[in-house]
Amino acid sequence: MPSLKDLKNRITSVKNTRKITKAMQMVAAAKLRRAQEAAESARPFAERMNAVMSGLAASVGGSDSAPRLLAGTGSDQTHLLVVMTGERGLCGGFNANIAKLARARANELLAQGKTVKILTVGKKGRDAMRRDLGQYFVAHVDLSEIKKIGYVDAQKIARDLLDRFEAAEFDVATIFFSRFESVISQVPSAKQIIPAQFEEADAAGASAFYDYEPSEEAILADLLPRGVATAIFAALLENNASFNGAQMSAMDNATRNAGDMIDKLTIEFNRSRQAVITNELIEIISGAEAL
Amino acid sequence: MADTMQFDLVSPERKLASVQAREVRIPGAEGDLTAMPGHSALITTLRPGILTVVGPEGTAEYAVTGGFAEISAEGVSVLAERGVPKAELTAAIHAEMMAEAKKVVDVAHPSVADAAVKMLSDMEALGAHINA
Repeated sequence: MPSLKDLKNRITSVKNTRKITKAMQMVAAAKLRRAQEAAESARPFAERMNAVMSGLAASVGGSDSAPRLLAGTGSDQTHLLVVMTGERGLCGGFNANIAKLARARANELLAQGKTVKILTVGKKGRDAMRRDLGQYFVAHVDLSEIKKIGYVDAQKIARDLLDRFEAAEFDVATIFFSRFESVISQVPSAKQIIPAQFEEADAAGASAFYDYEPSEEAILADLLPRGVATAIFAALLENNASFNGAQMSAMDNATRNAGDMIDKLTIEFNRSRQAVITNELIEIISGAEAL
Repeated sequence: MADTMQFDLVSPERKLASVQAREVRIPGAEGDLTAMPGHSALITTLRPGILTVVGPEGTAEYAVTGGFAEISAEGVSVLAERGVPKAELTAAIHAEMMAEAKKVVDVAHPSVADAAVKMLSDMEALGAHINA
């Protein structure tokens, strides 16, 4: 049985832990709000961009002169998986879930005899996948120094991707990130960005009646690289919101668990103190009786 | 015909403006153009320049680069990779834009080098609008 002092120490230590997790939860909540706002204000741009591009893609897509970013290289041998995770842990299954999805996809592609390359964004995903897929890593993007994700960060990643695409390093690029549904639900998702894919629904907003200046092809060629950056930017923001949401609920749980533990330890502490007092009393009384 | 139309200026990070406008002067890739209500539907890419919005509440000017404008009879929406209210366009921001444009010129693929050089000169011209 632990001594009174031990129990007291443990209670203090758990109390400190609770303070930390509570603080982390509040920080995550504040950051989440900002991340959500950022994600929401980025939405109009991405939606418009997609609508216009899918309209253009629908009218240009069939022709032979379609840009390679849209039509692809004509092969799907080499796949580049861009795995976006957080830079930090303490966020429940957030990083693990994304890594799991990416790993499943990588294994599936490898089983089909395709070549897989992996580009990681965020330290945690890199660590999680290093052991079994480390040999396929081609590059890593470190965002840990960046406090607020800006469009320029997405542009940097996009430029890197486009350079690699130009250099024929891969045929298909897919990004893995976590879609933010709510604080308690973040869905790991995959999205193919090169060659660009558009949902049918978007294309319905027919672009046929628009005039284009310069030509449709030229506009599309101009927009597609920007579209890649936009998609990456949107994914980064979603990811950021998801990360903070996951961290908030993880820390909320941790705080609650710490509270339960403190209650349990306090009861144990009181019981053993009671036992000590009773013991002392018995000793005094029996000593007095013996006289 | 309505004498105003909806004008939206959106950057990847946020919505910069969403107002009623009587006319919008757009620095299009193939020349400046002015859109007024009832303009025929047009999509054009942007070159770096000053975008002017004339509305019932007055005139607003923005420095924009990279992106496109979508014009329809009911409104204009401009998607710019970078958009700054002209009043906030400082030498520092311009220098940053210039540096970016120069980088593009340096690494430009031969097929688009002309376009990149043109963009750089447009960018330089934009510098003339900096508030002293």
